[in-house]
Amino acid sequence: MGSLLSACGINVKKKKVEEERHLRANDREFNLSFKYANNAIKTSKYNVFTFLPLNLFEQFQRLANAYFVFLLILQLIPQISSLSWFTTVVPLLLVLSITLAKDLSDDITRHKNDNHVNNRKVEVLINGELKSEKWMNVQVGDIVKLENNEFVTADLLLLSSSEPLNLIYIETAELDGLVSKPVNVNMNLADGANASLSAFLTFWSYVIILNTVVPISLYVSVEILRLGNSYFIDWDRKMYHVKSDTPAQARTTTLNEELGQIKYIFSDKTGTLTQNIMTFNRCSINGKSYGKSSKKKVDFSWNPLADPKFCFHDHKLVEVVKSGSPEVQAFFRLLALCHTVMPEEKTEELFYQAQSPDEGALVTAARNFGFVFRSRTPETISLVEMGVPTTYELLAVLDFNNVRKRMSVIVRSPEGKLTLFCKGADTIIYERLHPSSSKLMEVTTEHLNEYAGEGLRTLALAYKDLDEDEFEKWKERHHEASTSLEDREAKLDTIYEEIEKDLLLLGASAVEDKLQDGVPQTIEQLAKADIKIWVLTGDKQETAENIGYSCNMLREEMKEIFIVAANTAEEKSRLLGKKSQVVEDEKVDGEYGLVINGHSLVREIVLLIENRIYLTACMCQAVICCRVTPLQKAQVVELVKKHKKAVTLAIGDGANDVSMIKTAHIGVGISGQEGMQAVLSSDFSFAQFRYLQRLLLVHGRWSYLRMCKFLRYFFYKNFTFTFVHFWYGFFCGFSAQTVYDEWFITLYNLVYTALPVIGLSIFDQDVNDRWSFQYPQLYAPGQLNQYFSKMAFARILLHSCYSSLVLFFIPWAAMCDTVRDDGKDIADYQSFALLAQTCLLIAVSVQMGLDTYYWTAVNQFFLWGSLSVYFAVTFTMYSNGMYLIFTSSFPFIGTARNSLNQPNVWLTIFLTTILCILPVVAKRFLFIQLKPTINDKVRHKVRQAKAVPPPLPRKFPRRRISTRRSGYAFSHARGYGDLVTSGRFLRIPVKSRPALFPHTDTCESVRS
Amino acid sequence: MGKKQAGTGPLSRRPDNSAFKQQRLPAWSPSLTPQTVLPTFYILSLVCLLLGIWLLITVEYTYELKVDYTDAGTCEQCFNLRKHAIDSSTPCKCTVSFHVPKTFPRVSFQHDVVRLSARCLPQGDVFFYYGLRNFHQNLRRYMDSRDDAQMVGRKNNLKAPSSYCAPFDYDANGKPIAPCGAVANSMFNDSLTVMYNPTDGSKIQVPLYRKGIAWYTDKNVKFRNPPTNNTFSLQQAFEGTTRPLYWQRPVYELDDTDSNNNGFINDDLIVWMREAAFPNFKKLYGVLNRAQGPFTEGLPAGNYTLSINYNFPVEPFRGRKELVISMVTWFGGQNYFLPIAYLVTSGLILVTAVVLTTVFVKVGKKGKNMEE
Repeated sequence: MGSLLSACGINVKKKKVEEERHLRANDREFNLSFKYANNAIKTSKYNVFTFLPLNLFEQFQRLANAYFVFLLILQLIPQISSLSWFTTVVPLLLVLSITLAKDLSDDITRHKNDNHVNNRKVEVLINGELKSEKWMNVQVGDIVKLENNEFVTADLLLLSSSEPLNLIYIETAELDGLVSKPVNVNMNLADGANASLSAFLTFWSYVIILNTVVPISLYVSVEILRLGNSYFIDWDRKMYHVKSDTPAQARTTTLNEELGQIKYIFSDKTGTLTQNIMTFNRCSINGKSYGKSSKKKVDFSWNPLADPKFCFHDHKLVEVVKSGSPEVQAFFRLLALCHTVMPEEKTEELFYQAQSPDEGALVTAARNFGFVFRSRTPETISLVEMGVPTTYELLAVLDFNNVRKRMSVIVRSPEGKLTLFCKGADTIIYERLHPSSSKLMEVTTEHLNEYAGEGLRTLALAYKDLDEDEFEKWKERHHEASTSLEDREAKLDTIYEEIEKDLLLLGASAVEDKLQDGVPQTIEQLAKADIKIWVLTGDKQETAENIGYSCNMLREEMKEIFIVAANTAEEKSRLLGKKSQVVEDEKVDGEYGLVINGHSLVREIVLLIENRIYLTACMCQAVICCRVTPLQKAQVVELVKKHKKAVTLAIGDGANDVSMIKTAHIGVGISGQEGMQAVLSSDFSFAQFRYLQRLLLVHGRWSYLRMCKFLRYFFYKNFTFTFVHFWYGFFCGFSAQTVYDEWFITLYNLVYTALPVIGLSIFDQDVNDRWSFQYPQLYAPGQLNQYFSKMAFARILLHSCYSSLVLFFIPWAAMCDTVRDDGKDIADYQSFALLAQTCLLIAVSVQMGLDTYYWTAVNQFFLWGSLSVYFAVTFTMYSNGMYLIFTSSFPFIGTARNSLNQPNVWLTIFLTTILCILPVVAKRFLFIQLKPTINDKVRHKVRQAKAVPPPLPRKFPRRRISTRRSGYAFSHARGYGDLVTSGRFLRIPVKSRPALFPHTDTCESVRS
Repeated sequence: MGKKQAGTGPLSRRPDNSAFKQQRLPAWSPSLTPQTVLPTFYILSLVCLLLGIWLLITVEYTYELKVDYTDAGTCEQCFNLRKHAIDSSTPCKCTVSFHVPKTFPRVSFQHDVVRLSARCLPQGDVFFYYGLRNFHQNLRRYMDSRDDAQMVGRKNNLKAPSSYCAPFDYDANGKPIAPCGAVANSMFNDSLTVMYNPTDGSKIQVPLYRKGIAWYTDKNVKFRNPPTNNTFSLQQAFEGTTRPLYWQRPVYELDDTDSNNNGFINDDLIVWMREAAFPNFKKLYGVLNRAQGPFTEGLPAGNYTLSINYNFPVEPFRGRKELVISMVTWFGGQNYFLPIAYLVTSGLILVTAVVLTTVFVKVGKKGKNMEE
C-alpha cells in the first residue's frame, strides 16, 4: 500500500472510568497537564529488586509450597516431629529454586519483548517537523506518520492517507486489546485449562497430608516429564519444516497432556488450512477447457508485464491468446475489466491490492495472458492489451452483493463499443443467458462440474454488447434509482436486473484456493479421532463451505449439512430449531455438518444453548462459522469451553487469531508468513497445519498416556506406602510411629522410585507413532479422560488399599511370632521396618514393570539400578561405619545384615510380591480377553502384524465431489464499486510507469 | 523453550535424527498374552504349593511351648503385689509348674522329607524366651526415648544424655541416668529359673546359656561400655551417673555371675533395647546348655517348674507374661502362617489360572473381541 499516513495518537490505558478526555492535537504541553498515562507497554512482572520477594511471595501462595513450609515448621518442633527436618527442606528448596529460575528466564524474555516493542521508532510531528521517536515516548495528542508495514502500539485516529482512495489496510493484532495485556493472561488461562487435572492434584495433595515428601516429588516429577515431553516435541523431525527451516516448538511446557484430550479444534482458515494463495488453475473458454496440467510451466517472458509468480501449465491457451481468438481475448478482457482491484506501482513493479485473493488471482491471470490492468480512475480503466495500451471508459459498476452473487461493469471501448461484462455464480449467470448460449452452456457445465470436482472455485463469465440508446435510457433510470432516498438498494437491484439479461456466455474460470500440504488427510485423521473441527473464518459462507469440502471437513457421505444463513437471530434460531429436531428425531446416527453464517453469531449461540439447539452444533462432526470477527472467534471458543467442559484447541497463524488462541485451552500458532503474533501468544507452534495430527495423535496422546500412567503409578505407590503406616497404627496405638526407616521415607520418592517412574513416563509408548496414525481411535480415551478419571482414581485407591494390606499384614503375620534361624530376634521393629520397606519397594517395582509397555534400555537401567541402589544404600546406612560416625542418624546398624540373610524374610517378600501382582495380572488379562479396550485391540494387532504400517501418504488424490459449488471471486462485504466510481475519495492517480524489469521465475510447483 | 543455536545454512535448525530424540529407542514391549500369563500362573501355583508343603513340614517339625505365668501358680500374689508401685522394691518369688509333653527336639523322624529338611539344623538346641503381651515397645515417643550415643560408650554422652530421653534423662537430683530413656527404664527384670522334675529323681535346674543371645552387631558395635582398663573399673567409668528409676541395680552390676556381661553390653539389656515391632513379642532369655545329661539330646519330656523372681509389673497395661520354650529350624520358630499362606495362595492361583484358561478358551481364543 502507499505509504504516507498520519494519525493522532490517543492512548487508551484507562486508570478509572473516564467519561471524556480533553486533548489538543499536536500540543504536548496542554496534553501533559492531564497526566495521561504514557505509551510504554509493560508485560513483565518483576524488576531487579522486586523479583526475589515477589516471586517467593507468589510461590508461597501456591498451596503446596505453603503447606510444605507449614510442615517444615512442624518438623522443627521435636515433640511433633516424626521425621527430621531435612526430609522436607531439601526437596522444597529444590522446587523453589527451579521455579525461581524458570520465572526469572520468563521475565527476562518479557523484558526483552517489552523493550523491543517500546523502542520501535515512529515519526512524530513535534514543533512542526517530523522527528523519529520511540513508541514508548509517544504522548496523547501526538500526530504520527506511519509507513507501510509498520507496527502500531497505540490507539490512533486516522487523519489522512497517501492512498488514492484514502484507504488504509490494517492488520489488527491487538483488536481485542488482548495482546497489550501482559502475557500472564495466557498463563492464567493455561492454569485454568489444567483445572481438571490440577484440581485433582490439589485435592489429593490435601489427602497426602498424611505423608510428607509426596507432593514435592510429585511436583518435581511432573515438571520433569512435562519438560521431557516438550523437548520431544521440539526435537521431532517429523514436525520440522524443511522449506522454512522451522522446527516445532513447545512454548508452554505445562500443557502436553492436554494435547491428548482435545475434543474441539477451532481453526482459522486462511493461512492455516489454506496457503492464502489463489491460483488461476483452469478455465473453460467457448466450450474448450484449458489448464489440464502438464509438467511444463508456461513461459510468460513474451509479456514484460507478467507476474513472475504466476504459473500455468497449458501452453495451448497462450497460443490461442497470441493467435488472437476473439473469445479468448474477450475472456481475459473481462477478467481485466470486471473487478474492484486497486493497482499499485512501486519500484517499477506492478502490484494489485485486491480485497479478495480470488479477484487478485483472476486479474493476475489476465495480466499474464496479455491483458494487463494498469490503472484506474473513477471514469476509466487502463489496460495494456497484448502490449497495446488501451483505455476503457468505465460507465457503471453493478456491484456485487450477497443476493446478486454477480458483478458487472459497463465499459466503452476506445472504438466506442458499449459492453457489459458480468462474472458471477454459474447458476445466477445461467439464468440470465441468451438462448443462443444454451449449447455452450451444456459444455461449460460439464467443465464446471469437472472443476468443482477438483475442488476448484468456479465463476461463470458472460458479456453483452449494449445499444447506445438502450444504455442511455437505462442510465437515466439508474441515476434516478441511485439518487432516490427510499429503498435505494432494492431499486438499484431491479435496475441492475433489467440490464443483466440476455448475456452471452464466454466461459468459466476455476481458481484454486491452495490448501496447505496434507490438510485433507489431517482433517480426516482428526475426524477419525473423534475431534470436532470448527472452522472460524472471516470469509463468507460460500468460500468457507468450499474449503470445508476441499479439505474434507464436509463430506458427501455426511447425512446432512445444515446451513444456517439467515440475517436475523430469530430466524436463525427458528431454522436451527428445525434442524435440531431433525437430529433428535434421527438419534444422531450419521455425521452432520453445520455451517453458520452471521454477524450476530455469538448472541445466537447463547440463544441456542438456551434452546438446547446448541446441541446440534456440538453433535455435528464439522462446524463452519463464517464471517466472524476475531473477537467473535474468541467468544465462540469461550462458549464451547463453558458449555462443553471439553478441552479445546485453537490454531491459527495471523494476528486475527490471537484472541482465539489465547482463549482456547491450547493455542497453536502456525509459524508462517503472516508474522509472529499468533506464534507469540501460542502454546505450541509449528510451520504446517498437517503437523497438528502428529502433535495430537502422537505427542498429545503419548503425553496424556504418560502423564496418566505417571499419576496412576505415583498415587498407587504413595498411597500404598502411606496406607501401610495406617495399618501399623493399629499395632502401635496410632502413635505416628512410621513403619519404615526414616531414611527410607526420605529416599523412597527421591531416589528409590524416582527414576523408574520418570523413565516410565518419559519413554512409554503403547504403540509407536505409525500405529498411532493407523488407528486414530486410540485418541478417544483421552477425550473422555478415561485414564485418570474419578473412577480410575477410586480404582487406584482400592488397589493401593489391597496392596498395603498385603504389604503390611503378610509380613506381620509372618514375623510376629518367629525368630531367626539362630533363635535371635527378628520380630523387632528395625527388622520389621526393613522387611516392610523391602516388600513395598519390590512390589511397587514389579508393578512398575507391569505398567511399562515400552522397555527401553534406560527403563531397565533405571529399574534395576534403583533396586540396586536401594540395597547398596541400605547396607551402607546400616553399616558399622555410618553408625559410629553419625550415631543418632543411623540407628539401624546391622539390621540389613541380620535379617536379609534369613530365608523366611525372603519367602515373605516373595509371597507379598506374588499377592500384590498376580491379582492385577489376572484382572488385566481378564479384561483384555473379555472387554478389550481399543488400546488392547491395537496392541493385539501390532503383535500379530509382521511389519510396521507404512507411513501415511502425504498427498492423496483429491476426492471427486459430485455437487458443484461455485466460488464467487468477490470480497465478502459489499464491494468497492461505490468507492471506485464515485471519485469522491479519488486523488490524482499515481502516474503509471511503463518499464518493468524482467523477473526471475520463482514459481512454485503447482500441486496436481 | 528449546532454543536452538542460531546457526547458518538452510537446515541449521533441523533436530537431530537420534533414536532418543525421535523416540525410536529400541524397546521390548511385553504384553499380557495367554502364552505368557497362563503358564506363569500354573508354574507359580506349583511353586507356591511346593514351598507351602516344604515349609509346612519344616514348621511341623518345629516345636514350641508357651507357659503363661502372669498370675498362674503361686504368682497371683506377686501379680497383685506388683500392681502398686510402692512395693516395687519388695522382692517376690513364685513358681509355676508345667508339663512338656514331647522331648525338644523330637528325635525320631518319620519321613525322609523331614530328615532332609532337618539335616542342616543345629540339632537339639532349645531356646527359652520371655514373652510379653500388650506391651507397646513400638510407641513412637517410647521408642525414641533412648540415646544410642550414650550406649555406644561415648564419654561425653554418658554424662549428658540426649533430650530424647526426657523425662528419663536426669533424676530428681540432676544426675544423668545411664542408660537413659524410657526403653531402658522399662527393661524386663524378671529372672526365670526352670527346674526339671524327673519322675525318678530330684529336681535338676535346666542349665541355660545366658550370653550370646543378642545380635552380633548389637553386642559388638551398637553397644559398648565406656572405656575401662585394669586400673579403671566399669563402676568408676559410670561414676557420676545414676541407674534408671525402675532398676534395682546399676547398669554395671546387671550380671553378678559374669563381670564381662555388665554395663551397656549386658545381653539382656541389648535384647531389650532391640524394640519389638508389635505389642505381643518374645525375647530370647537363654539357650539350653546341653553339656550334661539329661539335656544332651535336648529338653526331655516331663514335668518342670518355673520359678520366677517376679519384678516386672504387667497389670498397669493389662499385659501378660509368658515363658516360651521353642526350637528353631532354618525357617525360624514355629510359625504356621507362611506355609499355610503359601498353600492358600497356591490354591488361589490355581483357581485363577483355571478361570483365566476357561475365559481364554471360551472367549479370547476366537479373537472376536479383538475386532474393532
